[in-house]
Amino acid sequence: MQLIVDARGVHKYFGALHVLKGVDLRVTERELVFVIGPSGSGKSTLLRCLNRLEEPSAGRIVVDGIDMLDPRTDLNRARQRIGMVFQSFNLYPHMTALGNVTLALRKVAGKSRAEAEALGRAALTRVGLADRAGHTPGQLSGGQQQRVAIARSIALEPRVMLFDEPTSALDPELVGSVLEVMRSLRESGMTMIVVSHEMGFARNAADRVVFMDEGAIVEEGPPGVIFEKPAHERTRAFIGQIQRH
Amino acid sequence: MSFTETFFNAKVMLKYLPDILSGVVVTIELALLIVVTGIAAGLALALLRSLAIRPLNWLIVFVVDLFRSLPPLVVIVLIYFGLPSVDLSPSGFVSTWLSLAFVLMAFSEEIFWAGITSVAKGQWEAARSTGLSFGQTLMSVVLPQALRLTIPPLTNRTIAITKGTALGTVVAVTEILGQASSAMSNSYNPSPLMMGAAAYIVLFFPVVVAARWVETKFAWKR
Repeated sequence: MQLIVDARGVHKYFGALHVLKGVDLRVTERELVFVIGPSGSGKSTLLRCLNRLEEPSAGRIVVDGIDMLDPRTDLNRARQRIGMVFQSFNLYPHMTALGNVTLALRKVAGKSRAEAEALGRAALTRVGLADRAGHTPGQLSGGQQQRVAIARSIALEPRVMLFDEPTSALDPELVGSVLEVMRSLRESGMTMIVVSHEMGFARNAADRVVFMDEGAIVEEGPPGVIFEKPAHERTRAFIGQIQRH
Repeated sequence: MSFTETFFNAKVMLKYLPDILSGVVVTIELALLIVVTGIAAGLALALLRSLAIRPLNWLIVFVVDLFRSLPPLVVIVLIYFGLPSVDLSPSGFVSTWLSLAFVLMAFSEEIFWAGITSVAKGQWEAARSTGLSFGQTLMSVVLPQALRLTIPPLTNRTIAITKGTALGTVVAVTEILGQASSAMSNSYNPSPLMMGAAAYIVLFFPVVVAARWVETKFAWKR
């Protein structure tokens, strides 16, 4: 299996605050890795270091064979291969759903307007929103907005998708539609790293669960092991808290 | 003499109508130059400022604060009477244009900057995560959103500053007020001043109405 993400010894300081304390994360092709942990444990920061939205303080990050920290790396090209979905959707409010999806296709991937729109419509179809292409984000529900955001990323045919708490800002009844899209992405063979508290989804979709606490990976393993027989007390305590509600 | 004869004297008005009209032309020329150059320069400064080059930003903030705190009349007088000492002798027209353009540049830079910084950080992150460069993100994602927010304060400020063209009288610019007041002293009658006032209303009222229309057109729901 090909290694898609290879992060070693990643450290991140925010001023004096040591947020990531030497994290190693390796993700192979077609793998779905779930990252869980208490808030402030560094999960999101780790994810944001992978595409350098956050500048790691030390370490080595290679994504799809590209050294992300090499100053000679064309970051904008590299980022095309790394899709990212945010908690707050971050759709462009002044554009339609199709406009959101086609912007990078035209500006970064260099597609013509017609090509970009064909690819954009195909991506919207994959997330079940072909009929909403002309709607602006304000006219869409939260779940629909997040699916457009997923379409915006997958339209660029990334090698890996990063999900940063994709369902945390959604009303409970809208979570299912987003998880549905993520499940179909997984079935299509997309490599995914997901930071989320959707334990049910983790249980039946994840290949591996990584538990982080205080800026370090405490333990990792198949969901069955991490959820049922965690080796560490901190993991046990966290899983217990999550499952109580 | 009756009120009408004093303030709306037909003979005087007819005589000085051509002067007032030539003043209107000068005011329009001046206003257009100020608006176009002032707003363009303000936008350029705001874009430069977004590059976050620290010494450059200090300079921009200093220049902007300077022109925001000086009364426009003082700037006009400084340029008109001050520049000749460095062997530049701008006309009254050019002095007024430059002064008010600098003032509009300063205010519009602040307005554009406020608009740019008000766009959520997530918009930058989403765009950059798809591979858009800083410049592409600024132009395609951030600026279109920022501009909508800037339209109401910008139109207000633009109208206020273009009315400042009347300050050109002090440096002998033959715009509306200059024409009207010299006509008033030549005819010993205030009717030309009334014509001047009417000319300002005719000129600026449509601008104010247009500004209101633009504001409603660009307001959009999230």
